[in-house]
Amino acid sequence: MESFLEIFDIYLLEAVLNGILLGGVLALLALGLNLIFGVIDVTWICYAELIMIGMYGMYYLFSVYHLPYWVAAPLSILLVAALGALLHFLVIEPLLSSPPINQLLATGGVLFFLQSFATVAFGIEFRNVGIKLPILAVGEMNFSYARLLAFGAALVGMVAVYVFMRKTYVGTAIRAIAQDRQIMALMGVDARRIYLITSAIGGALAGLAACLLVLMYDVHPFIGLSIGPITFLICVLGGLGNFVGGFVASFLFAEIISLGGLFSDLEWGYVLAFGFFILMMFVRPAGLLARRA
Amino acid sequence: MNLGRNAIAWIVGALVLGALPFVHSDPYHLHILILILIWSFAYTSWSMMGRFGLTSLGHGGFMGIGAYVTALLWNHLGITPWLGIPVALVCAAILALVVGYPCFRFRITGHYFALVTLALSGIVLQVITATRDWTGGSLGYTPEAAKGNNLLAMQSGDKVVWYLVALVVWAFGLVVWTWVDRSMERAAMEAISEDEDAAAAAGVNVTAEKLKITVLSALMTALAGAVYCQYQMFISPDTVSGIGVSLQMVFAAVVGGLYVALGPTVGAIITILSAEMLRIGFGTKAVGWDNLIYGALLVVFIIFLPKGILGSILDRVRLRRAPAPTRPAAETVRARSASAASPP
Repeated sequence: MESFLEIFDIYLLEAVLNGILLGGVLALLALGLNLIFGVIDVTWICYAELIMIGMYGMYYLFSVYHLPYWVAAPLSILLVAALGALLHFLVIEPLLSSPPINQLLATGGVLFFLQSFATVAFGIEFRNVGIKLPILAVGEMNFSYARLLAFGAALVGMVAVYVFMRKTYVGTAIRAIAQDRQIMALMGVDARRIYLITSAIGGALAGLAACLLVLMYDVHPFIGLSIGPITFLICVLGGLGNFVGGFVASFLFAEIISLGGLFSDLEWGYVLAFGFFILMMFVRPAGLLARRA
Repeated sequence: MNLGRNAIAWIVGALVLGALPFVHSDPYHLHILILILIWSFAYTSWSMMGRFGLTSLGHGGFMGIGAYVTALLWNHLGITPWLGIPVALVCAAILALVVGYPCFRFRITGHYFALVTLALSGIVLQVITATRDWTGGSLGYTPEAAKGNNLLAMQSGDKVVWYLVALVVWAFGLVVWTWVDRSMERAAMEAISEDEDAAAAAGVNVTAEKLKITVLSALMTALAGAVYCQYQMFISPDTVSGIGVSLQMVFAAVVGGLYVALGPTVGAIITILSAEMLRIGFGTKAVGWDNLIYGALLVVFIIFLPKGILGSILDRVRLRRAPAPTRPAAETVRARSASAASPP
């Protein structure tokens, strides 16, 4: 009995720590989406598909064209940033004045489009970049080095976005336009330009997530369907557009998934997390950190 | 007089559609027709909510429940689908209440509502996958073939039978749609979708009205799932639940036309026929092309033709019949003058 408890505890600790690492990855996923929502007031349902394209970009640059990882990653980030700007230019901008739900549905169309595009262009095979990162063993616990890296990159990404928003002129303009989109146009801020820049940054964050996810998962055209929903849930749970809320929600979700997965299958971890989400909708419908009106 | 014309048109339409399998009974064509009818019914069910601005991405979940609960009850407990389908419908309604109530009570609308319902289809998908010992997980699931009485098992190899069943179910969907369209419910829901606070101030019970339409829509969607399962005799999480199916419903309804009764049907005809034609024309090379086209079309439609194909055509026809209606309250004026004007 004694020894059983000991083993159990070490697994529990491992699960908790792995949950924190997973939380970092989820937080990175949620960051870009929150930025887009907070500033442009649009939900990119196809956000995870942008990540998928980024992962394919990594796969082709790294495994097919044999570029070093540190060259391939910035190129992929640029690619997805351009896609984000293009998405805004082609789809969102014509719909800016129509009901928000139409914008969401239109990006749903983009979701279909990108998914099928990947199926047609890259095939449905699972592809792996073939980077095997070592497993970090601390005591009797094992951590994936890739997750650790992702966690670090997520933190760096978030700090970078924070500094950008606080310290630069464009960042200030983005925050201002998020507060009042009518007045800022009168103040001489070109809203179209700011929206495009924001979309590109959102895309770049998706690209960054792609560069890290590609180390952990195989790429296939439907991977967006498995990472997309959870990203949206985190953003809603944290309050759409609320960065800190999204951050907290990521870690909450990750812990639930990780601990739930410890006691049962991984899917049940997800089921628990989704259930928790719906429960929280009763308690805090406007997000975890929302002030109650 | 107008009513009389309409009634005649409906009766003739029903007779033609009902007599079709006895005149032309090519099994492949019937199969396509059955699929179109079942999916039309599902899309119509979605549009019952969708037309009032309640954009649900969780209907894949309701459909999955309809299909899986029916099949699981039959395989594991031997409960006939005649009882299993009502049980499945009740399950879907309970789920709709559990998710809908907090959403409506706490004014979760627009994006938020879409994303919360997205969680719903996610949950159903994950539960089906996680309970793979019973449901077969992502590999799919087949209701056991009936050993004795086919009728009791609600199974049939005869496509004509299924065609008639699907036709009745589809017509039922249209009847419910029209019934809602003519009821006070519609006025209340339209007021709510315009401005919730104003509607509430005018004495509309916002939460109750929304719940009613949501439960109705969920019930019908679950029924569509159950009928689909009994007809195809194979279901998998990808074909009847999850975000893919939910988006497919949205797509077809939007393309066909959200605000007219036959809009979702037109959407189903377009999507299923084009998918079939691509499949026949290009074989396995076509994998992915259909969705590629749908995706692009969905974007184009929402930008340029948000009322959908049928909706826009009907608008044109009405405008031609009643030239230059006065701008304010154009909708009601148009409808009235359309019924008053004697057709040439």
